[in-house]
Parts: sequence; C-alpha cells; structure tokens
Amino acid sequence: MSVSTSPNFKENVHGALRDESLQRALGRLKTGFRDKRLAAIENLPEFEALRDQARDIKNHTLENLDHYLLTFEENVKANGGHVHWCADAEEARQVVAKICRDTNAKSVLKGKSMISEEIALNDFLEKQDLKVVETDLGEYIIQLRHEPPSHIIAPAIHVHKEEVADSFRETHKGRDPNRSLDEPRELLDEAREVMREHFFAADVGITGANFLIAETGTSVIVTNEGNGDLTQTLSRVHVAIASLEKVVPTLEDASSILRVLARSATGQEMSSYTTFSTGPRREGDLDGPEEYHVILLDNGRSNMLGTEFQDMLRCIRCAACMNHCPVYGAVGGHAYGWVYPGPMGSVLSPSLIGVDEAGHLPNASTFCGKCEEVCPMRIPLPKMMRHWREREFEKHLSPSSFRYGIKTWAFFASKPRLYRAVTGIASKVLAKMAGGKGRIAKLPLAGGWTDMRDFPAPEGKTFKELWAEKQAGKGDVK
Amino acid sequence: MTPSKPRVGLFVTCLVDMFRPTVGFSAVKLLEEAGCDVDVPMDQTCCGQPAFNSGDNASARKVAAPLIDMFADYDYVVAPSGSCAGMIKKHFPELFADDPAMAARVQALSDKTHELVSFLTDIMKVDSVPAEFDGKVTYHDSCSGLRELKVKQQPRKLLNSIKGLEISELSEPETCCGFGGTFCVKYPEISGKMVGDKTRDITETGAKTLLAGDLGCLMNMAGKLAREGSNVEVRHVAEVLADMTMAAPPIAGKEGE
Repeated sequence: MSVSTSPNFKENVHGALRDESLQRALGRLKTGFRDKRLAAIENLPEFEALRDQARDIKNHTLENLDHYLLTFEENVKANGGHVHWCADAEEARQVVAKICRDTNAKSVLKGKSMISEEIALNDFLEKQDLKVVETDLGEYIIQLRHEPPSHIIAPAIHVHKEEVADSFRETHKGRDPNRSLDEPRELLDEAREVMREHFFAADVGITGANFLIAETGTSVIVTNEGNGDLTQTLSRVHVAIASLEKVVPTLEDASSILRVLARSATGQEMSSYTTFSTGPRREGDLDGPEEYHVILLDNGRSNMLGTEFQDMLRCIRCAACMNHCPVYGAVGGHAYGWVYPGPMGSVLSPSLIGVDEAGHLPNASTFCGKCEEVCPMRIPLPKMMRHWREREFEKHLSPSSFRYGIKTWAFFASKPRLYRAVTGIASKVLAKMAGGKGRIAKLPLAGGWTDMRDFPAPEGKTFKELWAEKQAGKGDVK
Repeated sequence: MTPSKPRVGLFVTCLVDMFRPTVGFSAVKLLEEAGCDVDVPMDQTCCGQPAFNSGDNASARKVAAPLIDMFADYDYVVAPSGSCAGMIKKHFPELFADDPAMAARVQALSDKTHELVSFLTDIMKVDSVPAEFDGKVTYHDSCSGLRELKVKQQPRKLLNSIKGLEISELSEPETCCGFGGTFCVKYPEISGKMVGDKTRDITETGAKTLLAGDLGCLMNMAGKLAREGSNVEVRHVAEVLADMTMAAPPIAGKEGE
C-alpha cells in the first residue's frame, strides 16, 4: 500500500472517500461507539461533574508535573523497578533494545500502545532480529496486514471480518484450509489459540500505560481482552512505555478519571480489565515479571507545557473526539497520515512532528465543536486547532493565494462605503448570472464550492441597499 | 417611539446582506413585533470570523474593531445567525484579550449580543408567532448556535406555535452540514461528503422544507439539494417565523418554485 503522510492529506482524503470498504467500516462508528457512549452517560447523572473533576486533576498534575514524575520514579525504584527518562523516540527505542539485549530476549509481546506506534517500535525491534507479536486482536490484525492503526482504541476499525479471515488463512499455517472463519467467534478462537503459544514463549512484554500513579509507582492499563495482563505477567520482563503526561498523583485520581474513560470510549462503565502493575514479582508472588521497567517519553510534550497547547496534555486517549468527528467519520484514520487521527491528532500531531508537516490537520475542521462537547477532559480542541492556524499564518505556511484572499477581503470589509459598493455590484452580477434560476452551477474561481454543489444566487439587491431605500421612503435616512 | 422599548442594533451579517436580504427584513419584523426598536448601523460589514478562523487575527481585529463602537449605544445586538452572534459573544473577548483598553467595551458588546431566535424567546419572552405555514419542515441545528449559544429548543418552540406546521426531525440534527466557512472550499471533498450525508438525512424526513438559523449552512445544504435535483425548499427559520416566505423564492430556488 502507498504510505499516507500528513502533507498528503488531500490525496489521502480523495482515496478514502472512494474506498467503499472503508466507508462501510466507518458506518460502524455510530452504533459501535456514539450510541453506546450516549447510553452510558445518560445512566450517570454526575457525568458532567466527573468531567470537571477529571479536568481539574490533570490540570493540577500538569502544573506540578516535575514533582509527580519524580515521586513516581522514586516509588518505582522503591518497588524494585527501573525508570528510563527518554527525550525522544530514538532514545526510547534504544532503551527497549538494550533491555532486550540485557535479558537475552528473542521474542517480544506487545500490549496495545499508541506510544509504541509513535516511536515506530515494532519495525525497529524486528530489525534487531526480535520476534514481535501484537496481542491486542485489532493490533494483531493490522500487524498481519502491515498497516498502521486507523483509530487509537480500535486500530483495525477499517478492516472487515472477511479481510481478517484472509489474513489468518495466509498467516496461520498448518491448519485446515477449509475451516470456517465466517463468524467473529471463529476468528476470535483461532486468534486466541495462536496467541496462547506466543504468551508462553514470551521474553519481554511491552505495554503502554493509561495512567502512572505517582504515590504508588504503579502503571495502569485498561483492556477488554485481557491480553495486556498476560503480556505483562507471563513475560520475564515487563516494559511499560508511557508519555510524561500519563502521571496522576494518587490511586484515587486514577479511579476518578477511569470513571469517565471507558464511558467516553466504548460506553462501558469500566473496561473488562483494569490492571495495576507495581514493580516486579516479589518474594512469594505466584506470577509476575522478573524485571519491571517504565520508559518515560517526552518526545515534544514538555515543549507544550506553558503554551496554548498545554490543555492537550490532559488527553486520556478515549477516542470520543474521533468517534464523533464528522471529518474523521468521512475519511477514517489513515488519511491523517500519522499516528494520531481525528481532532486530538489534529492538535497533537503538529506539536509532535511540526506544524509544517501536519499543517493540514488543524485546518481540516469545520469547528463544529462536537469533539469538545464529548471530550471527557474538556479539552478545547477547536480553539487549539485555531491556535495552530494562527501559527501557520504567522509562519507564512498557509497557501499564499489563501492569505492574499483573506487580506483582500479584510481590506474591503474594513472600508464600509467601498464594501457597500462592491457587495452591491457583486450581488447584482451574481443574480444576473443565475438568470432567474436562483443558483449557479459553475462559478469561476469558486470551483471548491461548485464542484460539490450549486451556488445559491443572491436575491439581487443587498439588505443595506433595500434598507436605505426603505428608510428614504420613510424620510429618515441615516 | 416609546422610551421603554429596547433598542436593538441589528447585525445583519455579511451573508444575509449580500445574498438574502429577506432574512434581514424577517428579523426586523420579528424584533419589532416583539416590541423592539430596531436600527441598522449602515457601516457594518462582517464580524471578522473568516479571518479569525483562518488564524489571521490581525485582519480579524481590523474588521471586528469598528463594531465595538458602532453598536455601543444599543441595548442589544441581534444577529440572524448563531455563528456570527457566537463570534461576537464568545470570540471577540478572546480576539481582543491582549488589549486591556478594549476589554471592558468588548465584554459589554459580548454581553448584549444574541442570536435572533433565542433573543426572541429568552430575552423578549416571545412564545408564539402569528405566522401561517402549512406543511412538514425539518430543522438543522447549526453548530455554532447549538454549541456556543445553546440554541436548540428556541426555534422549535416558535415553529411549533405555527398552526399547520409540523416538524419532522432529522435523524442527526446536530451533525455538522460540512459548511465550516472557508473549510468548504479548502477541503471541498470532505465538505461534499458531509453535506451529502446531510441531504440524505433531510430527504429521509419527508419534509418539504428545510430550515436552519445560519445562512452559510443553508446555502451549503440548499446548493447540494439543488445539485441533486431535490424539490426540498430551503429557508432561514426567520422567514417562516416572520411569515415572509412570499417575499423571496427559497434559497437556490427560482421564482415560483
């Protein structure tokens, strides 16, 4: 497949809108996510208050981020674990590689982690001759398809079950070629059988973290498949990779945010599994890893602190914004061209890979405000997309024709008499072009409009012309 | 003029001024019937939103700043648009945040600015209109009015007061139509897909008329319906509430349609 990148956004969109299979898959967002979220929050009268609380917890943490990260580190060490501070993706990859070398690892199991995607970990580890297996079913499917995720909590949402069956037949050798894989249950059972072998053979288990709890030195993951638990408890070594802003002060704080997380994500009250990992296996423990490592990744986030983008660091990756975004719903996640799609990606990606690279993303929004309406952390996503547009405008990254258009329009709109004259003429010309049909099918310089829809014609005279005539008739023109 | 009448400065909006004066006159009529004294400052142009949403704050301020004095003497500023009213009410304070000298005046303007229909119901306590309309309409909740100004039940309340009018709701009345100001020409393919989903929803309601409170969205949906050859008529909600549907053909429709 061709590689989608953010600068290619428009080409990606063009392809996505013509991809019937994708369009059919995106149709599942409503019943799969939106309806369920609505039902869940309707059952929780204090949901709005919980959103305030969740926002406040994260705001407090971000204001004291150094303190809580250091406390977290101290407590991880006290429990016998290791903390690795990594400034960027390369550092993080090297740390993982070193852990694998030091522990003579041959195989790596992966729990679902967007940070892993962000630092492109799988490709890197495979080049180190490690066998890497994703254990989240969705991630496993896209790993088999050699694709990036198209959604942050449902990575294979663009894939249909027939395509999954094809991938399984191709990959899972030595099974009856005529076996039925028509039903989701059959796919699930086969994945489970295959996965089980991997679980028992795993050396290093890598997971993400939904929270890092400072007071206890604990990393927390939420999953629905239980794969994360097995990844981190059956492997000899557990490596949790997390970005800095995942830290919260206390267990109580994590619990508070958990109450809005699953409801916003999948409409569940809680995910099926919420797993707390505090250090390696202790004397007398029946299971658990021999080593416990946490990688604390910055990768651009500390640059967001103290800026108009700090609020973005409250994000808990529930995906409610993309599930409800009409743009995401139209084009899907791959069109965004990098790891994080949808409204949260349109704000975060420019912060992490640069606005010159990801400039389309904050522009590709109608500012309908639905994302902010559903965001459990009350992140003002449209406002921050507008801040990116400001930066683009300041840095002259927006197309010059567009800049010129805005400036020209502002010139006329700040000269009332000239503006009245020009709009008066334009109204008449456009009305004449419509020739009584009330609309114009093709308008020069307005192809963006008329390629998609007719251009409604003006009535003929402007309101101000008619108002002035009316007032003159009354004898009290201003 | 009785001195007790609230003085309303009508912010016509640039789109209504140029494309659909009937909406402006409908607004004047509704406001006067509600007991307001309506005036139209002739030097108004636009609220500056196209520049603001494009990241060009300097241009936005240049266009927006004159409005602050222009409307200073009115009791209220009313716009037949949730988007433009939202710009003045919610975003002017942001736009001029770095200018403490302006802050108080900007806040005063923000405080007294309202979207037309919610102004009628919430401030002027209008709960019915004497209009006549026979038939089934559907109503699209334009995003800015809905989310920035909480305009939702107000238009439905007044529409339901019209005898003979029946509202057939869209399956997703709160989903964006894909207009988005400059978005619709910057990303025409996404916009085209969104408005196509919207017109399908409109058609499925069986309504003969589509109403909304924002001309930008209406022009987008009307243009798409026209392109599809639909016979659904599109109008600004104020035209129906003011009983002025005879004053102009539907948006993108020809005389007599």
